[in-house]
Amino acid sequence: MAADSIRARLEDAFPGAEVAVLDRTGGGDHFQVSVTSGRFDGLPLIDQHRLVNAALEALLADGTIHELRIQTKGTATA
Amino acid sequence: MNTLSEQIKDVISTEPVAVFIKGTPQRPMCGNSDRALRALRESGAPITAVDILPDPQIRQELSAFSGWPTIPQVFVKGELIGGADICEALAASGELRQKLDEALGVERVQTVKTVELTAA
Repeated sequence: MAADSIRARLEDAFPGAEVAVLDRTGGGDHFQVSVTSGRFDGLPLIDQHRLVNAALEALLADGTIHELRIQTKGTATA
Repeated sequence: MNTLSEQIKDVISTEPVAVFIKGTPQRPMCGNSDRALRALRESGAPITAVDILPDPQIRQELSAFSGWPTIPQVFVKGELIGGADICEALAASGELRQKLDEALGVERVQTVKTVELTAA
């Protein structure tokens, strides 16, 4: 399952993070991911999203993820 | 004729707000492209749109240049702002308007135009 693969990669990339993966359409290729991690503390939003994109690079490149929505949050204010 | 890559860099560096989308501002072909356009309109942005659909190479060259894997991609004065999620978040918080005010001035004309890239 793509969703499991996405979750595994995010948990690898952001140890200890709170990760949620939602298959938005049920079609298995449109995903919404939410990641809450201390890694994001103090980073501008674009850099937070860059980190998530980097973690999912292979899945984006090979078409496993057709559409990706990203929500990130640091832990400092959470 | 300039290569695609040169044309892409040219649009990004010369247009106040360049947005690479699927479809056109009049007829976006993807929900996320539409979300980014809405956020820009709400924030009073002039929009220069490039449709990436006519040639798959546009997207490849764009992502290679920007390091951003997904569409849409929004640039203000040559700087990548992000995709639909970031544009929406920054529009909601008022930061997008603020960024545009700083980059382009408060008195700006909210034009919408489309640039077509041509394969070399």
